Amino acid sequence: MTPGAIVRLAILILLLAFLLAPQSFAPVFAPLTRFGAPPIYNQGSLLDITLSHLWITFLATLASTIVAVGLSILVTRPFGKEFLSLSRSLANVGQTFPPVAVLALAVPVLGFGTEPTLIALFLYGLLPIFENALTGLTNVPRDVDEAARGMGMTGWQRLVGVELPLALPVILSGIRVAAVISLATATIGSTVAARTLGEVIIAGLTTSNTAFVLQGGLIVGILAVLLSDALSALERLLARRAGLTRRAEA
Amino acid sequence: MIEIDGLTKTYEATTVVDHVSLTIEKGEICVIVGTSGSGKTTLMRMINRLVEPTAGTVRIDGRDTRDRPAHQLRRQIGYAIQGHGLFPHRTVGQNIGTVPRLLGWEKPRIAARVDELLSLFQLDPALYRDRLPSELSGGQQQRVGVARALAAEPDILLMDEPFGALDPIIRSKAQDDLLAIQKRFGTTIVLVTHDMEEAITLGSKIAVMDKGKLLQYATPAEIIARPATDFVNQLIGTGDRPFRLLSLETVLDHVEPGEAAGDAIDASLSLRDAYAECLWSGRDAIPVEEAGQRIGRVTLSRLTALAARPQ
Amino acid sequence: MAQLLSSPSDLQAARVPRLDKLGIIIAVLVLAAVFFLPFVISRPNRIVAGMALPISGALPALQAIVLYGLIALGSVIGLLRVPSLWRLASSFVVVLSLCLFLGGAANFLTPEGNTVARVSPGAGFWVLVFAFALIAADALVRLRLGPLARIGVLLLVAAAIAAMLWAGVWQNLSILKEYANRGAAFWAEARTHVALAFGSLAVATVIGVPVGILCYRRSSVRAALLPVLNMVQTIPSIALFGLLIAPLAWLAANVPGASAVGISGIGTAPAMIALFAYSLLPIVSNTVIGLDGVDASVKDAARGMGMTDNQVLFGVELPLAFPVILTGIRIVLVQNIGLATIAALIGGGGFGVFVFQGIGQTAMDLVLLGAVPTVALAFVAAVVLDALVELVSPKRVPSA
Repeated sequence: MTPGAIVRLAILILLLAFLLAPQSFAPVFAPLTRFGAPPIYNQGSLLDITLSHLWITFLATLASTIVAVGLSILVTRPFGKEFLSLSRSLANVGQTFPPVAVLALAVPVLGFGTEPTLIALFLYGLLPIFENALTGLTNVPRDVDEAARGMGMTGWQRLVGVELPLALPVILSGIRVAAVISLATATIGSTVAARTLGEVIIAGLTTSNTAFVLQGGLIVGILAVLLSDALSALERLLARRAGLTRRAEA
Repeated sequence: MIEIDGLTKTYEATTVVDHVSLTIEKGEICVIVGTSGSGKTTLMRMINRLVEPTAGTVRIDGRDTRDRPAHQLRRQIGYAIQGHGLFPHRTVGQNIGTVPRLLGWEKPRIAARVDELLSLFQLDPALYRDRLPSELSGGQQQRVGVARALAAEPDILLMDEPFGALDPIIRSKAQDDLLAIQKRFGTTIVLVTHDMEEAITLGSKIAVMDKGKLLQYATPAEIIARPATDFVNQLIGTGDRPFRLLSLETVLDHVEPGEAAGDAIDASLSLRDAYAECLWSGRDAIPVEEAGQRIGRVTLSRLTALAARPQ
Repeated sequence: MAQLLSSPSDLQAARVPRLDKLGIIIAVLVLAAVFFLPFVISRPNRIVAGMALPISGALPALQAIVLYGLIALGSVIGLLRVPSLWRLASSFVVVLSLCLFLGGAANFLTPEGNTVARVSPGAGFWVLVFAFALIAADALVRLRLGPLARIGVLLLVAAAIAAMLWAGVWQNLSILKEYANRGAAFWAEARTHVALAFGSLAVATVIGVPVGILCYRRSSVRAALLPVLNMVQTIPSIALFGLLIAPLAWLAANVPGASAVGISGIGTAPAMIALFAYSLLPIVSNTVIGLDGVDASVKDAARGMGMTDNQVLFGVELPLAFPVILTGIRIVLVQNIGLATIAALIGGGGFGVFVFQGIGQTAMDLVLLGAVPTVALAFVAAVVLDALVELVSPKRVPSA
């Protein structure tokens, strides 16, 4: 095990310990409070809020993945080719929209609660996944595609057997970006009444309780870093499996 | 037998292949040679319908290639390309087994065929079967590419500059291997190249293409002796003509009885090699041996006569 | 792929004029927007539920007919395969008229002298604008405009919007009523927003490029620094803002003079520091990637001619890496314009103030007052910097 992996594991264990028994960490956070304010968030179970946060992130990312990969397949088939360059520039332009703005604009249309957050996360998550899936599906090496057609693979066989497996690491990289953005934007979602860790931070800000702010910030920050690391590791594994790493080095 | 009849391909205003007709007999190696943009690759790709012709027909063993879906046609025809196009995410064994799997062969049969081909291309199956293409050298990747094209025992093999990316020594080895394998299976081969040397080495017939038109379709000897146009002449290279002619035949074809001094050469070498040896060692004749036995000699005067333009 | 499309379809194209696939989708969108979605929402005051009105209910009859006609004409042009320039012009005209008639609807629906009634654009309006903007975008993609032409189009659009604002076309629209109530605050927050986004970018560029050069030259620095910057980049902004509050509050309380120069737990300081931290990774890593990408033979030739390390750096490597570094700056600017919104949550100001106030008061017009300028600013920054990157990049010679 590398030192990095040991540190990550230790942090994960610490995080789990804090979520399962937050009160035992009260002495650590007590110095940050003033006028006898509670050192540990007391308006709900931190564990429940964390799980709800992760669940929203997961659902949104899953939905984005299914729809974005589906769309990217459509526009890279012969009958959808006409939409390829337009959809590519739309995905590009779309990503200049700040995720917060997407969330803010979703509220007038969808109202308050978890749903608008979920839908905003879903919509925003489409963009990086779609863009990466397009890159992956259109960058299959020419000779490989040529050989696949020359051997008599049908369009469907090429998609499933060649294009998607080769694009998988790039698609996963898009999923990682989308998941990290979703996790971050879900935090803001608490301002529109979604049940996420943002409410811990915002409760801390409104009551000037730095301990709350720190708790919320640490949990979200650690989750984001661990999630991103885990997905990066998976990405590297898949790239190696797909025989792409060595090929690139050669 | 492949019969190409009036084959034409036009992209908007440009005609890439212009009314080409030629017949490739069974078991022949037909090399299509030409500069880039001559239409040679497009012509070959119309045989397995990777490019759909604008006009004309291709018949294989009398059967029009358009009477079945293109992907089914392609599974009957081997296809090897420059840069090999191996699937980077599949092992060597899975790569070679691609077309048999598409054709629905039983697993044991595929496995046996994969091992047979690997051995044939001097790659130890136990060692290479489960490697990824990225773990092979360039020459090995190219061999696997050709093995994959031959996997489903096709009667016809199409090759697009298959040796283009190899260095000269590996290249000439790969060409020898191809000739040996062709002899063994009797496969009809259509090979595209820009290299006249390669065309003369490999081809039993050479088709010379320029600007979409077929300039000449003949045996190598005929092409060297009687080039149909200046362009064909240029492609052969006037300075190289006598040597190209000599390279077509082996010493065995022209060995004569008699003795000669010095080291012997092998009967399987080309006349060109024998000629070079005469000049280099300053001998008028050199002994010839076959399987270690001296069987006669070749003489410089005979070689010089053979190098002259056939009448 | 195009070669594979067999000739029969080309022949068909010659006989029957084919419809544009995108145009069909647009037509469906337009039909749905016109018949099933409200053009405007009219409310007696800013927070109560409103009445949804179609175009026919939102405009005087004659104007409504004109608008219907223009929409129909635009859709038909979108459906046909006419030259891209026509499609661009027609969709531009339709979007412009939608905007003008939206202002007209607000004037029509607001009783004279009433200051509490609110008329805001409905889903139908947004979908229509989106649909025709899509045709325009498609036409722009197909026209393959050069960088200067793209900036020209941007200026044209900006001028059109400015002219409509100046002429007071939208004065009765809810978002401008919100603006009218807080004009001074709007511009103050705009200044803060721009200062946050550009200030953090400037500091990050001044520090990030030399750090990038150091990483390029010393692989040990690169191995130590890039993962840390990468990690910082993944931490959600509000968490990072929050995490900075405690140390800064401690600094303000314990270091003499710190609070005098503006350092405190909440406010602009943590926002600025966090935005700076986010900016470092793209700039440092793009500097490294850009320098790494300089052709080894070029560096070798430069050294072979007797240039010193610094001469190679300033004369060869940095100029060649510049487009990549500029791309890093583009990423940072667009990202920071978005992230600066969140600074409002920790008292850092910016357009986020209106967004979060609006959310707090369930006043959606106020949310728009914050969100629309943020999006516009990010969009303009992206277009301008993309164009700049293209201008400074070496022209690619089209391969034969």
